[in-house]
Amino acid sequence: MRFINQTKASSSPMSNNERKRFPRPKRDWTPVWERRFLVGPKMTPDAEKAKRPEDQMSIFAKRKKTFTLVILAVAGLYLISALVTSFSFFEGIESFPKAFIWITTYLVPNADSLTKLPKILDKLIETAFVAVAVTVCAAICSFFFSLLGTNTTKAHPAIARAVRVIAAFFRNVPDVVWAMLLLFSFGQNVLTGFFALFFATFGLLTRTFIETIDEVSSECVEALRATGASTLQVVFQGIIPSVMSVIISWILYMIETNIRASTLIGILTATGIGYQFDMYYKQMNYASASLVVITIVVLVIAIEITSTRIRKVIM
Amino acid sequence: MSKEQSTKVSTPTAVATAPTPEIDTSYFTTIATSAAASTTFRSAELVVEAAALPLSSDSSLAEDLQKHREKSLRGRIKIGAKGMSGPVIKITALVLIALTVYGFITFDYKNIDFFTAVAKTLHNVRVMFTQPHLVYNSFPGLMWALLVTFALGALATFFGAIVGFFGALLCAKNLANPIVGNIVRAIVAFIRAVPTVLWVLIFSVAAGLGSVAAVVGLTFHSAGYLVKAYSESIEEIDYGTIEALKASGAKYWQIIFQAVVPASIGYLTAWTFLRFEINFANAIAIGAAAGAGGIGYDLFMASAFYFDLSELGFITYTVIIAVVILEIVATRIKAKVR
Repeated sequence: MRFINQTKASSSPMSNNERKRFPRPKRDWTPVWERRFLVGPKMTPDAEKAKRPEDQMSIFAKRKKTFTLVILAVAGLYLISALVTSFSFFEGIESFPKAFIWITTYLVPNADSLTKLPKILDKLIETAFVAVAVTVCAAICSFFFSLLGTNTTKAHPAIARAVRVIAAFFRNVPDVVWAMLLLFSFGQNVLTGFFALFFATFGLLTRTFIETIDEVSSECVEALRATGASTLQVVFQGIIPSVMSVIISWILYMIETNIRASTLIGILTATGIGYQFDMYYKQMNYASASLVVITIVVLVIAIEITSTRIRKVIM
Repeated sequence: MSKEQSTKVSTPTAVATAPTPEIDTSYFTTIATSAAASTTFRSAELVVEAAALPLSSDSSLAEDLQKHREKSLRGRIKIGAKGMSGPVIKITALVLIALTVYGFITFDYKNIDFFTAVAKTLHNVRVMFTQPHLVYNSFPGLMWALLVTFALGALATFFGAIVGFFGALLCAKNLANPIVGNIVRAIVAFIRAVPTVLWVLIFSVAAGLGSVAAVVGLTFHSAGYLVKAYSESIEEIDYGTIEALKASGAKYWQIIFQAVVPASIGYLTAWTFLRFEINFANAIAIGAAAGAGGIGYDLFMASAFYFDLSELGFITYTVIIAVVILEIVATRIKAKVR
């Protein structure tokens, strides 16, 4: 208040004596937009000291400090983990040559195992079809489900939140649990593996599609809305064309993942190629088991190459 | 990526940008060379066929466009995404749907009564999630098993990240020798193609069942995955940085640790945490399928030996809570690194 009074006073005519007793306050020449920054919490002496450039930590010192902290944290985590699981690094290293020798001597297909090739291929094809069917069904379901969860379609916020929670639930329940649960009701059936994979894929894809739709199509949806398009028109003219390539790309990736996952579920639920491997493995018929591994590898790599090609064209 | 996707959004953006050539007519008529015109069109990301129009000096571009507009189907300018992406997307989608339908027809359902099974499943789900309790496991024991699973995942991620990082340096296209890169990529593709469970089972015969087999088996697949992920993130960094350091005489490791790592650290951490989450899930799976211990084994015992749905429910809840906590922590750390 006093400051303001003084400036006002200075504008009024004053005698020289008065001028001396009340000197005109020095004008602050800092521009207004910079003065704003001076208003703030008072600087403590320590903070002022730290602001001086010679005391400021150099970027390299800072990097070094964070680096040391990260290394310590990782080392600590490693030691605790090794202790908990009684894992020894040297045993791990030792196991490599042993495993290599074992693999090259036993895990090689022989003439006897080749007679089982048709049976193995039959199971492999079944597993591949399950993986494709699961992924396509899950993708279609989760696409329409994720429409409810995005900001672009303007569903009720409560619905959007519910969709996200449901997706998180399906994603976080391990597929092992689904497999075991469905084994009770569906038994040793294709459908056991189908639904177990379906739930896991559904959860993952719903989350991914929500993010993709929000990221990719918000601009064109806005443009369509401005022209007065209805929600259905927005979905079919705006969202689907713009996210289709991403969706196809995800489907191809999930097919590959699901073939591998269905091997695991096959072992648990005694279906498909996983069961075939497990059976040979438990009979110690390693030659036939190796043939199963090789066919899986060939299939997965073939799918990977195809999907990489397709992705290159569409993305 | 967003630039490319904007081409596929075609209709609305294209309609919005279409009139611009007409406004710039005077500019075109004065400087017009066909090269200048075609580059302008390309920058607008349009495949208006006008780009290929003959630009003779006596006819103005506006007239050409008008003529073209009259010629084209239904009086509209033909606008679409460039290249083959449209038909390939359609063909891929159709093939996938056809395979799905064929799959459903050929599956061996073994005459299962579908609706009874679904009803039974729903009942089981209700029992599992509404009446969770522990009988065969103690709560501290379950927590210990969870810790073991967590530790297995952490160890596999640790080794996988180390191997993955050096593997990525060997096969990133902007750093590595192309021949070495291709060899590494082929090996990694093979390693990734074998399911994790099979690695664990193979190693448990070769090295004896225990944490070593589990960790090594999990590590194989994580290393394969991370080599691919890391090398893709390294390939994304600005080549100018590497070039500048090379020009100033920096050595290989100096380039790696002063340019490559700082530039891609955000991606690298994000991928590592994603893999950690996957490894945690995989550790549960191999605990169940390969008897590698941890909470996965308890889960398997509860369902396959004791047939106890409530126990299964309790273990599932524990796993869900653990995974959610893991995700929250990972998100926080990722935000800090960025």
